[in-house]
Amino acid sequence: MRYAVPLGIFVLLLGLLWAGLGMNPREIPSPLLGRPAPAFRLPALAGQGAQVAPADMLGKVWVLNVWASWCSACRSEHQVLVDLAKRSQVLLLGLNYKDQPADAGEWLAQFGNPYAAVALDADGRAGIDWGVYGVPESFVVDQRGVVRRKFTGPLTAETVSGELLPLLEKLRAEGG
Amino acid sequence: MIPELGHFSLILALVMAALLGGVPLYGSFHGQSRLVALAKPAALAMWAYTFTAYACLTYAFVTDDFSVRYVVETSSAQLPLFYKVTGVWGAHEGSLLLWVMALASWSVAVSVFGGGVPTQVLARVLSVMGLIGAGFLLFILLTSNPFERVPMQPEGRDLNPLLQDFGLAVHPPMLYMGYVGFSVAFAFAIAAMLGGRLDAAWVRWARPWTNVAWVFLTMGIAGGSWWAYYELGWGGWWFWDPVENASLMPWLLGTALLHSLAVSEKRGLFKAWTVLLAIGAFSFSLLGTFLVRSGVLTSVHAFASDPGRGVFILLFLATVVGSSLLLFGIRAPRLATTGSFSLLSRETGLFANNLILLVMAFAVLLGTLFPLLSDALALGKISVGPPYFNTVMTPLMAALAVAMGAGLALRWRQDQARRLARVLGLPLAVALLTAVLAPWAFGAGLPGLAVLGLAMAGWIAFGSIAWAVRLRKAPWRWSGANWGALLGHLGLAVTLTGVTLVSVYSQAADVRLEPGQSHTLAGYAFTLQGVEQTQGDNYQAYRGTMQVTRGQDRIAVLHPEKRVYNVESMPTTEAGIDPGLFRDLFVALGEPLGEQGGWSVRIQYKPFVRWLWLGGLLMALGGAAGALDKRYRRLRQTGDVVPPSAALAQGA
Amino acid sequence: MRGNNWSRWLLLMCLWAGAGYGQTAIEVRQFSSPQQQALYEGLLTELRCLVCQNENLADSNAELAGDLRNEVYAMVTQQGLDEQAVKTFLVQRYGNFVLYRPPVQASTWLLWGGPFVMLLVGGVALWRVARQGRAVGPVEDDLSQRLAARRLLEDEE
Repeated sequence: MRYAVPLGIFVLLLGLLWAGLGMNPREIPSPLLGRPAPAFRLPALAGQGAQVAPADMLGKVWVLNVWASWCSACRSEHQVLVDLAKRSQVLLLGLNYKDQPADAGEWLAQFGNPYAAVALDADGRAGIDWGVYGVPESFVVDQRGVVRRKFTGPLTAETVSGELLPLLEKLRAEGG
Repeated sequence: MIPELGHFSLILALVMAALLGGVPLYGSFHGQSRLVALAKPAALAMWAYTFTAYACLTYAFVTDDFSVRYVVETSSAQLPLFYKVTGVWGAHEGSLLLWVMALASWSVAVSVFGGGVPTQVLARVLSVMGLIGAGFLLFILLTSNPFERVPMQPEGRDLNPLLQDFGLAVHPPMLYMGYVGFSVAFAFAIAAMLGGRLDAAWVRWARPWTNVAWVFLTMGIAGGSWWAYYELGWGGWWFWDPVENASLMPWLLGTALLHSLAVSEKRGLFKAWTVLLAIGAFSFSLLGTFLVRSGVLTSVHAFASDPGRGVFILLFLATVVGSSLLLFGIRAPRLATTGSFSLLSRETGLFANNLILLVMAFAVLLGTLFPLLSDALALGKISVGPPYFNTVMTPLMAALAVAMGAGLALRWRQDQARRLARVLGLPLAVALLTAVLAPWAFGAGLPGLAVLGLAMAGWIAFGSIAWAVRLRKAPWRWSGANWGALLGHLGLAVTLTGVTLVSVYSQAADVRLEPGQSHTLAGYAFTLQGVEQTQGDNYQAYRGTMQVTRGQDRIAVLHPEKRVYNVESMPTTEAGIDPGLFRDLFVALGEPLGEQGGWSVRIQYKPFVRWLWLGGLLMALGGAAGALDKRYRRLRQTGDVVPPSAALAQGA
Repeated sequence: MRGNNWSRWLLLMCLWAGAGYGQTAIEVRQFSSPQQQALYEGLLTELRCLVCQNENLADSNAELAGDLRNEVYAMVTQQGLDEQAVKTFLVQRYGNFVLYRPPVQASTWLLWGGPFVMLLVGGVALWRVARQGRAVGPVEDDLSQRLAARRLLEDEE
């Protein structure tokens, strides 16, 4: 029987490799899930001394979308966000990551502005606190200010209707 | 036309491989000698068609045929001719073709030099290799056709700048010859199991082939390390990247196989174990192919991956390895081990060697796949990197060194502790003394790692030399096997010395230098004389001039470069290196800083770094000497049964 | 396929952010003591870059890697944090993925202990096999066996 041991080990290894084919090694789960949203208070793109801070959002379900005008993957996502903002009353905050305010403003003027407000994270410090490693990324925050879900990579129409909207629905029902 | 001809040749090569894989095997079981006799011509035909396809692809590269997708993606009109020729294997599709070329070449070599092997056995061996070839050719044709056409493009996207180097001409062919070379031992083991005769014969036939494959793999790995060292620009020589690990695992198992073959041949022990190792060494080569090309792991060198390819290789891996292990499960129980040995004997030493090498391979496998396992079991995404491997491999290496130092001096069957103490006492004392005294030459105390590393290296080296002295023969009368053992072990000692000293005593500094300013490191003064713009064949560069002096002596003038390639517009660093047997001086250019023509510069002093690769070269020489042993030629001349891969080794 | 495209994008960022693998990050930094420098440099080699995922923070030229180096530098030199504190800071944000040296915990016992358990089991097996061999009988009593052994020795040496 012991001569069958190598075959047994190999079969286990095959199972692992097979599972591996379906996984994405580059996607890193966020340790923020279930924890309070990291604080920041940053100038808003709108200017006039306006500021954006997660602390002001308590009691609301909202989405933080990290984007930049230099990010080509954000382009494909942007249309999805604009549609989303039109169709439903999702509270969408933008975190403009390591970008020039002028470029960011021009981008929104050109492609439409789905955001309730956009925070300027010029030096990327807020990005580090949120564990951002590749824009675009999106975080869902509940009414108690806890991060509930992270989407890495561009949101698509399918993920929005299949995952994001049902989640927001559920979180709104939870109450404070 | 030419690409279509290549594509067609590839299909014919597949037909020949399938023929080779099926017909002689069938014939050998049904006593049809005409079918058996088909093996050699079919092997030759498989090689010829593969070579034709390969030549067609090279032609497409050389003539800038940008209607072939693979050429568009891996070449450009500006690319120097030399890199067009080596660039053929610069990406996934072409490197797979190189893989099949290597397999076909080994098959032809076996059919030509396998003279002493019974026709029936030889036919089965070639059939097994044909089946492997068929699998890979099918893989190429179905998922990775290098001859696929696209609408004509004006210019290609260029070969990755990092690959535009002499290293590409040497490293992949060597590595692949090594990987694929283990298919010969594998095929002999399978043929022996199919025939139900697992006596010592297959071991004798497979041994020199294994040696030669091991030589190629050793040179491939050492060459890759050297290449990474000077090309990647930060002076590292081993990164524990999944792809490096994928080459290290077959090497470790191949090394175990070399030693286990010796025991099986001489003493008839570990027979089943040796068969398993022969399967294992080649299986790990295939596993490496899967890991690199499936996208399961992230790696520096990973080829552009595609899940369809991953599925194919996984199925192929499952078929080849699964059926071999199944066959093993059925046949191996019949293998009765004869002979006995005592606790203090060379058999025990070799058993320990095999065990430790296997554990090392397991540790590498575990570290490489653990992130995958952790993810699959939802235990979280983690990283396993150099700190893990260094921590785990160091004690294992120490254990191996203990066994190696004593290994050669041990006698078969039974040895006496008193005799061993007499033989090995002096080497042990010298090794320990060196390990404690040598660090003084470098000053700065007595670092534990340096003492441990040098003690291991010294123990292996002096133990082996003590054995050689006690042969009581002049070196020119030593057999190939004697030389092989001595050089192989000395080689590892030299590599270990290099690893130890370069890890413990390297010095580095990142500094800002303006022209005329200098920085002193390890007693060498590095003076930046200037940075100018230059132009290469297909790149623009900043070229620094750095003078190195020590006291009044002018040591070297180094030219580190920072290049931007025209087509890919990707910046690369070309280090300026002053090589030496006892130290390298290594300079890399960073960024321009400030108005006064200042640059950030990294300066490194790397003692004994060359010993890493020198040791690899010695090991390879040892492997070659072992393959050239008179025994194999003598046996063949007397009609006995061994293929001398001597001619092959000389040709290489 | 979303993940796949995005992976490619990430890879592109890694190459295009001026990184590539053929280029080193060379930065000139000041330290108040050699210990501080050793701490900083040691940390960078043990931390994994999240963009160019097969490089450590010391070698990576990705922009994020540069930001994180600045962060680590500030934590080491200005805030005076020790190795564990810096690692904790990064793990809280990026998870254990940033650590090239996986922490020893229940989920990694196999990783850290596996090779040594295997060595131990194999060693015991070796000892038992060799001891059995001795029990088979003293080989020196059999003259023909002794001669055979000598021939083997001569063949080898």
